[in-house]
Amino acid sequence: MNRYPLWKNGIIFLVLLVGMLYSLPNFFGEAPAVQISSASSAAKIDPALMAKAEGILKSSGIAESGVVLDPASLKVRFRDTDSQLKAKDVLQAGLGEDYVVALNLISRSPAWLTSLGALPMYLGLDLRGGVHFLMQVDMNAAITMALDRNLGEIRADLRDADVRYTGISRQGEAIDIKFADKDSSDKASGEISKKFPDLVLNQSSSGGEYSISAQLKPQARTKIQEFAIQQNITTLRNRVNELGVAEPIIQQQGSDRVVVELPGVQDTAKAKDILGRTATLEIHMVDDEHDLKAAIAGQIPFGDELLNERGGAPILVRKNVVLTGEHINDAQPGFDNRTNEAAVHINLDGTGSRIFKQITADNVGKRMAILLIEKGKAEVVTAPVIREEIGGGRVQISGHMTTGEAHDVALLLRAGALAAPMEIIEERTVGPSLGADNIRKGFDSTLFGFIAISVFMIVYYLLFGLVSVVALGANLFLLVAVLSLLQATLTLPGMAGIALTLGMAIDANVLINERIRDELRNGNTPQAAINAGYERAFGTIIDSNITTLIAGIALFIFGSGPVKGFAVVLCLGILTSMFSAVLVSRAIVNFAYGRRRVGKLLIG
Amino acid sequence: MEFFRIKKDIPFMSYGRFTTAISLVTFVVAVFLLATKGLHFGIDFTGGTVMEVHYEHPVDIQKVRSSLGSFSDASVQNFGTASDVLIRLPLRADVSGAKESETVLGVLRSQDASVQMRRVEFVGPQVGKELVNNGSLALLLVSLGIMGYLAIRFEWRFALAAIIANLHDVVIILGFFSFFQWEFSLPVLAAVLAVLGYSVNESVVVFDRIRENFRLMRKSSVPEIINNAITRTMSRTIITHGCTQLMVTSMLFFGGEALHYFALALTIGILFGIYSSVLVASPIVMWLGVSRADFVKSERKAEAN
Repeated sequence: MNRYPLWKNGIIFLVLLVGMLYSLPNFFGEAPAVQISSASSAAKIDPALMAKAEGILKSSGIAESGVVLDPASLKVRFRDTDSQLKAKDVLQAGLGEDYVVALNLISRSPAWLTSLGALPMYLGLDLRGGVHFLMQVDMNAAITMALDRNLGEIRADLRDADVRYTGISRQGEAIDIKFADKDSSDKASGEISKKFPDLVLNQSSSGGEYSISAQLKPQARTKIQEFAIQQNITTLRNRVNELGVAEPIIQQQGSDRVVVELPGVQDTAKAKDILGRTATLEIHMVDDEHDLKAAIAGQIPFGDELLNERGGAPILVRKNVVLTGEHINDAQPGFDNRTNEAAVHINLDGTGSRIFKQITADNVGKRMAILLIEKGKAEVVTAPVIREEIGGGRVQISGHMTTGEAHDVALLLRAGALAAPMEIIEERTVGPSLGADNIRKGFDSTLFGFIAISVFMIVYYLLFGLVSVVALGANLFLLVAVLSLLQATLTLPGMAGIALTLGMAIDANVLINERIRDELRNGNTPQAAINAGYERAFGTIIDSNITTLIAGIALFIFGSGPVKGFAVVLCLGILTSMFSAVLVSRAIVNFAYGRRRVGKLLIG
Repeated sequence: MEFFRIKKDIPFMSYGRFTTAISLVTFVVAVFLLATKGLHFGIDFTGGTVMEVHYEHPVDIQKVRSSLGSFSDASVQNFGTASDVLIRLPLRADVSGAKESETVLGVLRSQDASVQMRRVEFVGPQVGKELVNNGSLALLLVSLGIMGYLAIRFEWRFALAAIIANLHDVVIILGFFSFFQWEFSLPVLAAVLAVLGYSVNESVVVFDRIRENFRLMRKSSVPEIINNAITRTMSRTIITHGCTQLMVTSMLFFGGEALHYFALALTIGILFGIYSSVLVASPIVMWLGVSRADFVKSERKAEAN
């Protein structure tokens, strides 16, 4: 009687052991670290980088306390924040701009724990400090931009096809084209529907004037919107890299919003500035006629600029702008059909194609430079040789590129500017000192609450109270372990959730203990009372937990940000508490009373 | 140790009119307050900017206020200590809210270089509206979910009684927040919903006993059955809620400003939750006309199956 079979005890023990193990990393705290990640595909994260970084630190006399290499980044641990800050500057200078060097915190937990996959919970911004932005993409602007681009192309197309029109303009979300006679209108309609499958055309006539109204198809609208948000996310990611943030989160939320979370960033002014910046692309011709060495020495020819190419080589570029990035519709990485080299395929709009055709026809054999201009600083992304006249707006850039670089260039060409304007509609910034305060407060409330409950339970229920407290402690460990395993983000409301769950979880043990007392009062033997108490209380425990679970799930669905964290903890806490309150406490009670004849239970 | 060694059942049901009358009065007062004074919504719901700044030394709040004179509707107050200041800026149509906090910090910094940004929260008007909608939806979903569960597990009368009793708790919590004009923020809403789920527990435990008693106490009247159920679960009710309240009290004292109103909402919810789920829900069940036949019938059906 009141004995669990060996396998059941075994499972309970195993679960508790795993729980202990996986909650352990949270108690070691975090050490200041510098995280090095790659900013371009040319910069590899490999043992060579590790050796280089160690060399740089050694030569500047900064002592590190451990280097970890993982596929995405290299992390260097330090004893204190002073050497961390110094190391960041030294490493950034030594490694160059191909690498992002960022401040980070990494767990102090020993390597054997990390190798088991036991990682501490991820601390939310309200606990570690940082910036949270919610940005809204202006989808109307994305649509009008697309329409304006179409308008320019239609105009060029009609001119090429020799169709006369009396006017073309954008009216709201439609392009209106006016004609003097029906013939031109019909011809134009045929021409446009052939070349612009994304548009729906509507022909009409009134008072001798014929017109076509072109609107975007619903699928095309969705495509434009999806593209706009994707491109904006790509752009934001590139810009955030520049800020040197260790673990940024950039995520789509809903159909037109982007969440940006930058842990550890304090300079919000700079962050906002960089995120809100607009970069532009320009195409210039390269000046290969003048002497580059003389230019480097300071004699820059009139009308030229000395710029740096990606990777550092200087290059002489004419100041005259040939084409701007506005005319780029799309850029994709791919391969050259003939040589099978990595290449970037660019799609220009109507005006861009015409200009480009003219330029390439005039400059075969010469080089052109593609410039990315951010904050008034220009950089040459690539400077390919023009092999032949290029018409039709399809441009291919190839030569001396790896597939990775082709990907980067395509991304830059696309992401140089935002596809649609964005606005910050929510900001939450927490300073590091407040974050540390919040952790302490959350921890203190849980600790003191736990102590208070423990004292009361032990005084009131004696041995059974002690068992309940042990079960409650097991619940805490299990909950923390599950949260760590899921790599859930712990926020201050989440910590409040842990405290509240513990306060509510004791209910199950109170129910059990009261039932056992009840059974004893009704004259049952101690062993029978234990058995009946646990059996009968179980149904009530389930019932009473399910209603709280319903509330938790609703909060999870409708809550945002920190409230969601609270909901996750609440729901998981209910599940772990059922295990610990029923199974763990029963196993202990069985151990204490199960194998012998018992005269009296120590239940107060 | 044992607090409740009650030999005879307490005749709760004969006080039914009295207890529900108290509830009704509190409820009406709460509704009146909500209608006249309304809630002091935090920026989560209204939109706007809140900034918390910290100075190295205690600061003259008057000076900070006057330095922000150009922000005509800024509210400036101390927060916790004399060297912490909380600044609230309402939404303004003409300025981008996201930029405003930078300007304010710039002004403060030019006046006193030791100022340190602790926290900035900016919520745009779009987000605020959504949070109100989502909050109401969550409340509705929780209510329906709990009712549905109780209706399946017990009977519609129990479901209705429990939800009336517990929504009345929610209204009373809101009444407190209205009366004292405490800030109603997102965490407070989370607390209110958690309370809703939590205090229904109480009704569930009592209803469980009522159902059990219908089967065991064949000769007793309905009020007697309910009295017995409440008396026998009372010990557990008080102890459980007491323990939860110990934890919440700890949060109230040690959790700092951030958790203050969250813990406060929970405290009110727990106190009224005990009262209403026992002394309001049970009389309602009785008045809705629950009888032994409802359970005996279903038992027979179960046997026939």
